[in-house]
Amino acid sequence: MDNKSKPNLFFINKKSEPLLSKKNRALLSDPLDDNNPITVQVLGICSALAITVQLKPALVMTLSVVFVMGASNVIISILRNLIPNRIRIIVQLVVIASLVALVEQVLKAYSYDVYKELSIFIGLIITNCIVMGRLEAFALGNGVWKSFLDGIGNAAGYGIILIIVAFFRELLGSGKLLGFQIVPEFIYGMGYENNGLMLLSPMALITVGVMIWIQRSRNRKLIEEN
Amino acid sequence: MEFIRKKIDIIRKPFNKGEKFERFAPAINAFDTFLFVPNHTTKTGSHIRDAVDLKRTMVTVIIALLPALFYGIYNTGYQYFVQTDIDFTFFDAILHGSKKILPMIAVSYAVGLLIEFIFAIYRGHEVNEGYLVTGLLIPMIMPVDIPLWMVAVSVAFAVLIAKEAFGGTGMNILNPALTARAFAFFAYPTYMSGNKVWVSEASGIDGISGETILGYLAAGSNIDYTFTEMFNGSIPGSIAETSTLWIIVGAIILVFTGVASWRIIVGGILGASLVGILFNLWGINPLMQFNWINHLVVGGFAFGIVFMATDPVSASQTQTGKWIYGFLVGVFCILIRVFNPAYPEGVMLAILLMNVFAPTIDHYVIERNIKKRRLRWESSKINLT
Repeated sequence: MDNKSKPNLFFINKKSEPLLSKKNRALLSDPLDDNNPITVQVLGICSALAITVQLKPALVMTLSVVFVMGASNVIISILRNLIPNRIRIIVQLVVIASLVALVEQVLKAYSYDVYKELSIFIGLIITNCIVMGRLEAFALGNGVWKSFLDGIGNAAGYGIILIIVAFFRELLGSGKLLGFQIVPEFIYGMGYENNGLMLLSPMALITVGVMIWIQRSRNRKLIEEN
Repeated sequence: MEFIRKKIDIIRKPFNKGEKFERFAPAINAFDTFLFVPNHTTKTGSHIRDAVDLKRTMVTVIIALLPALFYGIYNTGYQYFVQTDIDFTFFDAILHGSKKILPMIAVSYAVGLLIEFIFAIYRGHEVNEGYLVTGLLIPMIMPVDIPLWMVAVSVAFAVLIAKEAFGGTGMNILNPALTARAFAFFAYPTYMSGNKVWVSEASGIDGISGETILGYLAAGSNIDYTFTEMFNGSIPGSIAETSTLWIIVGAIILVFTGVASWRIIVGGILGASLVGILFNLWGINPLMQFNWINHLVVGGFAFGIVFMATDPVSASQTQTGKWIYGFLVGVFCILIRVFNPAYPEGVMLAILLMNVFAPTIDHYVIERNIKKRRLRWESSKINLT
């Protein structure tokens, strides 16, 4: 293999490996199940409660977080050898904040109603523990490509929970999905009622709890020994 | 007896070890042990085994619930006929009430036991007997006119989230029956509060206004029920909560058999009376002026403090803890009633809140005891030297 000698701007590790090697694929797939940021690490719960009443904000939030985490992981990973250790948190925050500001402006310009709905929670991506956590735990010590995969993977793991919770909350709470009526009229005629509790935030917590329950009884790796 | 035993042995043959339906053994065991106390013997540790096991305890609670339930059935019919101005006999009222309430009980047991059986077979342990009581309690604390499917959904939620998620009977933090009611209360508020849900078939008839007394109070209007009516329970309300008289009968059965803790009941009454008297003295709005004795007999307070707060699993375990726990249930019940007219029924939320705090109360009671004994030991050491 002579691609060892290929000049590569970003890859610091000498031995290069295929772009989607087994290890790299694990970076993407691990956060979806075994190491999910919400259901296993229990991070980023506040936004999972607040913006999952409807599916659309949850989707927008997921896309925003995917963008912010992918980009910030890449940037911090490029800068990782230049950042003085003592001010690294400030640097990380500046990077995340500018990316979030970017997302905010784009949303404001192209879908103002969703922006208004998400309002403060877009800004609060800055303080989302998952973003900071991955920068600290991964991007500061790993190459650019790997950091990118890790960022995307964790954001997707966060987003998938958000989307599942929002799916059930919107469907059961208001009978709609993405704003379209899903539960047909005649079922309401038969006496069906939307579940008002689904619209309140405790139900998001309970839904996440049920998902943790199902995941842990299915995935033997997650069972703790004590 | 011998005859029944033999019959059961024949029925349960295919469920025995190594036979065809071994997987479903918990189902048949549940009925078997319900009829006959299993002849387990203790192999290790303490060798004392009471004949009154969990199933017998649960049956005691059900017997204690029956007077309130029968009165609830009668009252359902009574309220309906009185409000619609139709002449009726005692049996008409009972008939009307049974027609409304028996399907609710059937749905509650069917859904709840189905989930319990599925979990018992899946986890390979015996069916939990706790549901015998929960399944009867849930319909008793619902409004008469709630659709049956809402009862089913609430039951499923309570059994799954409040009980099985924590590991089944004996492990639950919250009282499952109250969880079912809280779920229905927040999920389907139009069916759980207001002035049309407490009298059967009221929503179709304009003339009926079956507001509960607490609802009247929260709305700021006057109450035209006498204390005797409130005590006997001929008032609108959830099915079995209205009659303080028959709840007291149940309470006597529970306390006399030792199933429920009298400390919790007395503590709760003390707490509620104290806060009630304080509010009477303050008295700046009709809710605060409501006589404290009336607070004890209206709404779900009596039912809650006797049958819900004393749930041995979710209440405090220590003797001192039971006093504190019961007292605070009473305090919070009246506080919620008076300060938050949006939730006229405070006792449900008060008990759920205290269920969450019960382990904390126990922890501090035990800590205090440890500290006290350590001090005594240290002072005795000084005396010895």
